[in-house]
Amino acid sequence: MRYSSRRRLSSALLDLLVWVVLIAMLVPALWLVFTSVRNPVEVNAKPPVWVPRQLTLDGFKPLFGQSTEATGAIPFDRYFFNSTLVALFSTVIAVALGTMAGYVFARYRFRSKNALFLGIMLSRAVPGIALSLPLFLLFARISQAGPLKLIDTQLGLIIVYTAVNVPFTIWLMDGFFREIPTELSEAAQLDGCTEWQTFVRVNLPLALPGLAASAIFAFLAAWNEFQIAGVLTRTVNSKTAPVGLFDFTGQFTIDWRGMAAMATVMMIPAIAFVFMVQRNLVRGLTFGAVK
Amino acid sequence: MAQLTQASVVEQRFASTRSSGTSRFVFVMLAPSVVIIAFVVVFPLIYSFYLSFTSYTLLKPVPAWNNFANYQRLLQDPIFGQAFINTLLFMFVTVNAAFLMGLFLSQAVARTIRGQSLLRTLLMVPMMFAPVMVGFQFRWFFNDQVGLVNNVLTSLGLLNGSIPWLVDRWLAMFSIGAATVWMNTPVVAIILLAGTLSISPELYEAADVDGANSWQKFRAITYPLLGPFITIALTILSLDVARGYDIVSIMTGGGPAHRTELLWTYVPRVAIQESKFGLGAAMSFVTVIVTVAFTLYLFRQLLKSRIL
Repeated sequence: MRYSSRRRLSSALLDLLVWVVLIAMLVPALWLVFTSVRNPVEVNAKPPVWVPRQLTLDGFKPLFGQSTEATGAIPFDRYFFNSTLVALFSTVIAVALGTMAGYVFARYRFRSKNALFLGIMLSRAVPGIALSLPLFLLFARISQAGPLKLIDTQLGLIIVYTAVNVPFTIWLMDGFFREIPTELSEAAQLDGCTEWQTFVRVNLPLALPGLAASAIFAFLAAWNEFQIAGVLTRTVNSKTAPVGLFDFTGQFTIDWRGMAAMATVMMIPAIAFVFMVQRNLVRGLTFGAVK
Repeated sequence: MAQLTQASVVEQRFASTRSSGTSRFVFVMLAPSVVIIAFVVVFPLIYSFYLSFTSYTLLKPVPAWNNFANYQRLLQDPIFGQAFINTLLFMFVTVNAAFLMGLFLSQAVARTIRGQSLLRTLLMVPMMFAPVMVGFQFRWFFNDQVGLVNNVLTSLGLLNGSIPWLVDRWLAMFSIGAATVWMNTPVVAIILLAGTLSISPELYEAADVDGANSWQKFRAITYPLLGPFITIALTILSLDVARGYDIVSIMTGGGPAHRTELLWTYVPRVAIQESKFGLGAAMSFVTVIVTVAFTLYLFRQLLKSRIL
């Protein structure tokens, strides 16, 4: 009896510890949201003001075409539009291509399959720093030579983000398709389905949770990417929101409140998207792992 | 193991029923992915590999072949050596720290019954942050004048004066490490949580009957069965940490005075600010080799569990 009550106490303590750690992890996120609605005097106050005493939405003004003392109006609608367009298109294309390739890796045998799979995965390990410069030189040359403009265009970013997100999608989808019994495909082929029909009608519907998990990762990666966008974008034609955050930095000062306001708004689509598909995230991520 | 052999027999039988139209199908399904990766990753890498043997600069944008001169200069550059060591150290420490944090959180969340879905949702919040914003946020937290960390320590009476978080070498490395770990812990926690929840409860009941304590249960049941999940988590983690340029470049930019220089900050400094593309390309190639080797090691483990 005494043993079990001690156990209950230690488990209650552990629960408490979990909540403390989690809340500590949430501080940066909460602080960001709080900063966006603060009165400027509170932003750098000493001692710190935890919960804002007076709410104001002035920090959001630069995003909607008005200026504040700290920052002038910012073409946020353009940044937001570019980010949305680039993230959505690159996610859809990357998931489509990656699913096709992942299916083939899971179900077919062909020459140098292992080497190709490994090569594709390692392409994702190439750090952006090694890519951004040669990509810029390459894209600049293509833009000069022909009608295809890849510098400072949304198209350039869509191509890059698609390529960056394809390997991870292939990996996830490969694991996913391996979980679907091959008997289903065999039966479909006996019934006269072509290989394409077997893929689209039989396997694809069963792999939807995997598509959702891949889509989360692709979308978040594209939505938040900065390094390559920082090199390839120049103007409001193609600048995405993460690049636009730098509009709040001056040479010596940073408008923390304005930046926090923009970052808060930027998180809304990310949160909405993750909530739409998160049910499948965990399953999708780990489906291929357990045999 | 029996399951594995059975699966490959099925796959083989399935494969043998195909005609020559199959190889066209395989080609059509793979080609788009291969083409776009070749265009965006492989081709630029080959180009920069070529540039790394030339004296290409912004002022003189005509590549002139100079053999291994860039690689020789790179070997003699003490800052590059320092950045190289810093990067290895940084990756080793942050990957391990984020892994342990994630493991702890996953175990803790797995055993709470009430509010588990809320906990899981909260756990995912750092994933939605743009890395640039993580950089700005933590730069402000660790600011020695107005930052939250010093501010809180002062109000608690623990600190008199200020700690130069982003100025001192080790403190600055700690600060950028903390931001990196914060951003990368959730993915580990979520994968390991899924793994833990997939373990049959009967195993734990049996262990309870035998009178095992929590630690023994973790050691004997949870940890071994988490194996494949741990490999997945570590692979994703090392890929993400190795791409953690945004945080470092915003928090310290490799400074002050190269104290927190990582390969990711030093390469653009050389290539863009000093406009030595050739030398920068050589350095970025060394970076690619380091990261790819790091990932390859983890990936081999992962491929072992895959039926090929």
